Amino acid sequence: MRVTFTVNGRRHEADDVWEGESLLYVLRERMGLPGSKNACEQGECGSCTVRLDGESVCACLVAAGQVEGRDVVTVEGLADQASRRATDGRGTTAADEQRWAPQPAADAGVPLSPVQQAFIDAGAVQCGFCTPGLLVAADELIEHNSRPSDGDIREALSGNLCRCTGYEKILDAVRLAAARTDQSEAQQGEAV
Amino acid sequence: MEFLRPASWEEALAAKAEHPTAVPIAGGTDVMVEINFDQRRPEQLLDLNRITELHEWEVGEEQVMLGASVPYTRIIENLRTELPGLALAGHTVGSPQIRNRGSVGGNLGAASPAGDSHPPLLTAGAEVEAESVRGSRRIPVEDFFTGVKRNALAEDELIKRIHIDKASGPQQFSKVGTRNAMVIAVCGFSVALHPERRIVKAAVGSAAPTPFRATAAEDFLTAALDEAGLWESGGAIPLSVARQFAELCSASCNPIDDVRGSAAYRRHAVGVMARRTLSWVWDGYRSTGGNGARNDEGGSRCA
Repeated sequence: MRVTFTVNGRRHEADDVWEGESLLYVLRERMGLPGSKNACEQGECGSCTVRLDGESVCACLVAAGQVEGRDVVTVEGLADQASRRATDGRGTTAADEQRWAPQPAADAGVPLSPVQQAFIDAGAVQCGFCTPGLLVAADELIEHNSRPSDGDIREALSGNLCRCTGYEKILDAVRLAAARTDQSEAQQGEAV
Repeated sequence: MEFLRPASWEEALAAKAEHPTAVPIAGGTDVMVEINFDQRRPEQLLDLNRITELHEWEVGEEQVMLGASVPYTRIIENLRTELPGLALAGHTVGSPQIRNRGSVGGNLGAASPAGDSHPPLLTAGAEVEAESVRGSRRIPVEDFFTGVKRNALAEDELIKRIHIDKASGPQQFSKVGTRNAMVIAVCGFSVALHPERRIVKAAVGSAAPTPFRATAAEDFLTAALDEAGLWESGGAIPLSVARQFAELCSASCNPIDDVRGSAAYRRHAVGVMARRTLSWVWDGYRSTGGNGARNDEGGSRCA
């Protein structure tokens, strides 16, 4: 079957999708967006976390056909999504998605989101496999709550497993991203 | 495989009548696991995501009409006053990602003995509204679970709504697992006070082939509270009564040994949860002067 939906602000189309296929498989294998990771395929690990119409979900548990006409944001579009929250931006272009790198060149169109930058600054990335899912989950938390308590952070990330870090640096990174977001929101508030 | 995407409830019922083996899929948190792991290859998947009324709920005078696909996140955010037991149980389901997709309708459809929503439905009082092209019927939740992963639905029926009595007193839920998130219950327990009728309902999950109400324990406690006039006096429940209630709850279990825990452990844990949740709801009852529902801020307490 054919499935058409919006990914990172741009219309994507996939053909010959098997009816039992997951959104995760379509993103990775048919749309060339391997940022969402495939690990447990049963919703236990959170490595494939994406936003579906704004809500964090495990892409491995969403049937591709269920996404028809809906809106998906993956880690590849996270930076753009974050900047769009502050300003009124455009969708991520295909070229931007494919050019995405953790350390963008000076002329690259995609700067890092506050959460991505904080993960680098706090040393919250080791093997990196869980990182995309954690970034998407942490970004959703900070979008709704820029002053999360430690309890809020733990709960928001409770669906994401990391086997390297022991989580402490990840918690540091989320606190850092939240503090920076809160500060910039406060500054914006003053400017207005 | 065929992917059916009905745009309306009527279309969904027609599709289910035409394809009785079609597997309904809403949040996908159970069905997709089975498909990903090659455990299930249904001829048709029946996607219910486009049917808006399944995502809606309505708070009535005495009951909440909960659409089958309303995700746990919405229940926790919006219905914790009316359905405190279900909200507490919902908060222990999976993770935020799972709670954004998983629903009570799906939990009932899967009918796992470990379904977290089942004990609070049993203690609150609930009816499952099942519908087919032949018509609609309401199944008391006590009659809904017929075996391990089996329920009372006919093959052409779909779950439309769950009608749940609004809490008239404190309700509690407790669950044992290896960590606070992402666990299938080793066992679960729910208790609800119904002060207006002077009765207590208690239900157990994951300690028998189906979730069930511990009726012997309920009857004992209801009689003991009545005899001592504790509903009126608001006095403390004697230790011996709480202990007997816990023992009766344990004795009503019919658990198995499996990877999550042994039968003996489950029996023991159910007793511990029974005693603790009883003390929580009774404290709640006493602190509200004997009436009104109350629930805990910040989710369920650790058992």
